[in-house]
Amino acid sequence: MSLEYYLLYIILPILVLSALLVFVRFLLGPHLSDRVVSVDLLMTIGVGIVGVYAMATAEATFLDIAMILGLLAFLGTVAFSYYLIKRKKND
Amino acid sequence: MTELLVMVLTGLGSLFVLLAAIGLVRMPDLYLRISVTTKAATLGVGLILAAAAVWYNDMGVTSRVVATIFFIFLTAPVGAHLLGRASYISGVPLWKGSWLNRLEGKYNPSKETLAGMPTAEHEPPLAKEES
Repeated sequence: MSLEYYLLYIILPILVLSALLVFVRFLLGPHLSDRVVSVDLLMTIGVGIVGVYAMATAEATFLDIAMILGLLAFLGTVAFSYYLIKRKKND
Repeated sequence: MTELLVMVLTGLGSLFVLLAAIGLVRMPDLYLRISVTTKAATLGVGLILAAAAVWYNDMGVTSRVVATIFFIFLTAPVGAHLLGRASYISGVPLWKGSWLNRLEGKYNPSKETLAGMPTAEHEPPLAKEES
């Protein structure tokens, strides 16, 4: 079994399954904070998927996208927590 | 040898990410969910990116991967802390089974102050004179 088949047919399905599980929590989540946690974890899983895909297709350029995705995940979490506090103050 | 190392690293990383996702679904409480996802997903993604560095065996790729891992390790706890603080302030309840809440009775939601923090009346007058 070559490494490419291992990455594409074992590792990527595991990551996609975990993304689906996270999406279940995104739909269920009783509070807005749960959904923010789900989006954060979804973007972190996205970094992993991009890393695996960069290995499977031998394109090192994808790793730049992984870095940007990590940046955006942190930015989104910070902005959402800021607006959670803001919204509570306005109530 | 390299191939085996990459297989082990990506396998462990994807398993940790899967554990984080299962924990996100199964945990009963927002704070426990934050606690699970931050640690397990950070470790999993770090292992997968390390596998990419091992597989390419190239200086440019390795530096990029190290920068990404460093950034994720640095920002994941900060983001989790910010989100937990915002959720506690906005009133997300704790799980009924959690027995330790050190902020109980110390946070005043109407004034948004913690016990021990300087309030407006007790603020030193030095700051007002300078402004």
